[in-house]
Amino acid sequence: MIRGWQAVYMREMLILRRRLVKLLITWSVSPVLYLIAFGYAMGREITVQGHSYLEFLIPGLAAMASMTQAFAISSEINIARFYWHIFEEFQAAAISNAAYVAGEVLAGVTRALLAGGVILVLGGLFGVVLSYNLWFWAAFVLNSLVFASLAVGLAMLVKSHADQALLTSFVITPMAFLGGTLFPLTQLPLWAQKILYFLPLTHATEAMRAASFGSTPQYTAFPILLVLGGFAFAFAVLTVDRAKD
Amino acid sequence: MIEIVNLRKDYKAVRALQGIDLMVPAGELFAYLGPNGAGKTTTIRILTGLTRLSAGGARLNGHDIVSDHLAARSQFGLVTQHLNLDSELTVYENLLIHGRLHHMPYRRINERIAHLLEYIELGEKRDTLIKRLSGGLKRRVMIARALLHEPRILFLDEPTVGLDAKIRRRIWALIKKIQQQGVTIFLTTHYIEEAEFLADRVAFIDRGKIVALDTPQNLMAGIGNWAMDHFTAETMQTSYFQTQAEAKQYAAGYQNGFTLRRVNLEDAFLALTGKKVA
Repeated sequence: MIRGWQAVYMREMLILRRRLVKLLITWSVSPVLYLIAFGYAMGREITVQGHSYLEFLIPGLAAMASMTQAFAISSEINIARFYWHIFEEFQAAAISNAAYVAGEVLAGVTRALLAGGVILVLGGLFGVVLSYNLWFWAAFVLNSLVFASLAVGLAMLVKSHADQALLTSFVITPMAFLGGTLFPLTQLPLWAQKILYFLPLTHATEAMRAASFGSTPQYTAFPILLVLGGFAFAFAVLTVDRAKD
Repeated sequence: MIEIVNLRKDYKAVRALQGIDLMVPAGELFAYLGPNGAGKTTTIRILTGLTRLSAGGARLNGHDIVSDHLAARSQFGLVTQHLNLDSELTVYENLLIHGRLHHMPYRRINERIAHLLEYIELGEKRDTLIKRLSGGLKRRVMIARALLHEPRILFLDEPTVGLDAKIRRRIWALIKKIQQQGVTIFLTTHYIEEAEFLADRVAFIDRGKIVALDTPQNLMAGIGNWAMDHFTAETMQTSYFQTQAEAKQYAAGYQNGFTLRRVNLEDAFLALTGKKVA
């Protein structure tokens, strides 16, 4: 059913390899600024949930990267679709829609893992070493899966680069700030907390933060992310044919 | 073999294809000739799975393009009108990805790449980035890519558009060579001489309908063998004749402003549709 996904994944990885140095630098810029501004300068004296703000921030930034970098695959797909027309090569190949989506989603997850790795290394350079255990990575990968799948689905539906930029500005960027990444949600009114618990990123952030502090995360986060990932993947598969004119 | 039955495509209120019926036997080089917007690319895009059909159907080597689409897609190679190679990857990497998309084992892919790069005379460009190649070389890489998985059908959508005359003739020679291997070739073009030089049969398409279908020789013979273009202050008119003697006799009435020449496919198209192809 998903025979041929490796070819789609291979194409993305070959391009990623060719751009890797530039990407590593790009992925470092925002986290370094966050770490300096919010962690080192402003947050040095602040303690959150019994940890320094830098320790609080690192898993939040990693969670943010698991979403933004997985979702960034949508821009790559758009360029391939509208500018280079490479998407036609996939459409005319003897592979199913599910195989195409699987290849792209895994590429999104890989990209997110690399960007997340950069954040943890930078955190180490700032003197923050936490417990990056299996729970941490499970939440990271599941969250990437949700957003990479969503990215593929939405990339199939948009009609231009401008539509894509709009989605990022109005959906992904607010979510990145409001998903518990930079501050504890308990600081917000209860009604706002309830709304924000509908975001997959909130569950991922809490699970990753708990894991990195050496606690056991709430188990509910994992089935929630898994189910959302499954729905997002199915949505992406169903939208591939919509990209045909 | 390509079988198309009552194929229709509607874009909202516009009917781009108005019921195309066509059969291209195995091994034939078939040209689909028409002006821009006639429906040539739409037909190829439907046959290759890039565009959804509105009604009717088609089969490629017996495989239905809708109900058996994966098998149908394995039957053909496609060279699209626009360049759609990954410019950040090398020639080899582009071909490798195509091979993997068609489930070929690595060893076979490497054998085919070595063979095809020699075939299109690009062996030394194997590890060159696509963005460093000229338009003509990119077009040849696209043809090699389309042939990599050894398809029995090759769709060429305006394969020489934008190329200069010398490179165009080189691509023609390559297309002829591919046909000699027994590959069925479906070619769209609005270059008259391309269809005339290459095709076993030609279909004229105009406003989504096939208006004539025959060998280039028969289509031209249908209107005569000789054409005389005579110019007036506002326009140019063309008259057709069976023999050169008849044409010369007619031309005697004109002191100047006329050209006597052999009939070409453009004349046949003009006679049938009242308009020029290009």
